[in-house]
Amino acid sequence: MGITIAFWILAIVGVITALAVVLLRDVFRAALSLVLCFMAVAGIYITLSADFLAAVQILIYVGAISVLIILAIMLTREVQRGSPANRLQIPAFFVAMLFLGGVAFAMLNTPWQVSSAPPLAPTTSALAGLLFGEGGFILPVEIAPILLLSAILGAIALVSEK
Amino acid sequence: MAIGLEHYLILSAVLFSIGLYGALAKRNAIVILMSIELMLNGVNIALVAFSRYIVPLLLTGQVFAIFVMVVAAAEVAVGLAIIISIYRYRETIDATKINLMKW
Repeated sequence: MGITIAFWILAIVGVITALAVVLLRDVFRAALSLVLCFMAVAGIYITLSADFLAAVQILIYVGAISVLIILAIMLTREVQRGSPANRLQIPAFFVAMLFLGGVAFAMLNTPWQVSSAPPLAPTTSALAGLLFGEGGFILPVEIAPILLLSAILGAIALVSEK
Repeated sequence: MAIGLEHYLILSAVLFSIGLYGALAKRNAIVILMSIELMLNGVNIALVAFSRYIVPLLLTGQVFAIFVMVVAAAEVAVGLAIIISIYRYRETIDATKINLMKW
């Protein structure tokens, strides 16, 4: 019962803040409501009993990515001009609605094989075993730091003078 | 009414569609990047929901969500660097005016 109430509150907060991100004219307020949306998604992860992922969501999205976005907004001084829509607004709305309708139709009409097993309670050790253990995802884990390193070097090279 | 897999899937589809609309219809390049982050979050919710309801003991979806977060962090760093670099040379981040790769 508590999970149900928490899910509905978090879902409504998440959808309203996501709408505010794309509909508000003030870019800075849009960024702040994006932070709130990230926090609602972290709460959704908790209702899905993904505790480690919720902590990672708070650390990476609320902590790092939102700070980067707000910093970029302050560095580019486009706050006064706001975030107007381009001339594709109505076609984009129809494309998004068409996508939502198609995906929702497919999701509601697929007979999912829902398992009745209870979820793992602390997921952290199980995730560590999957990521670093035998027969797990050790190769993607090794590739991820290379990707992050190249992204950091690329960002430095892009914004450095000359 | 108990919360099931479909609720989470519809929520993720709604978040993805809002992000899709924002990415297609906005002029400000930073708002486009924020909409892409919304889309990635919607995908992550779907992955974690599948992991919770279809294979609750394998956690594969959560591992995939972690890799999506890694790629999102790299993407937002490079994307904002590109936007700041463009702003330094062209004094604008209006995506309809940035057409120097248009043929």
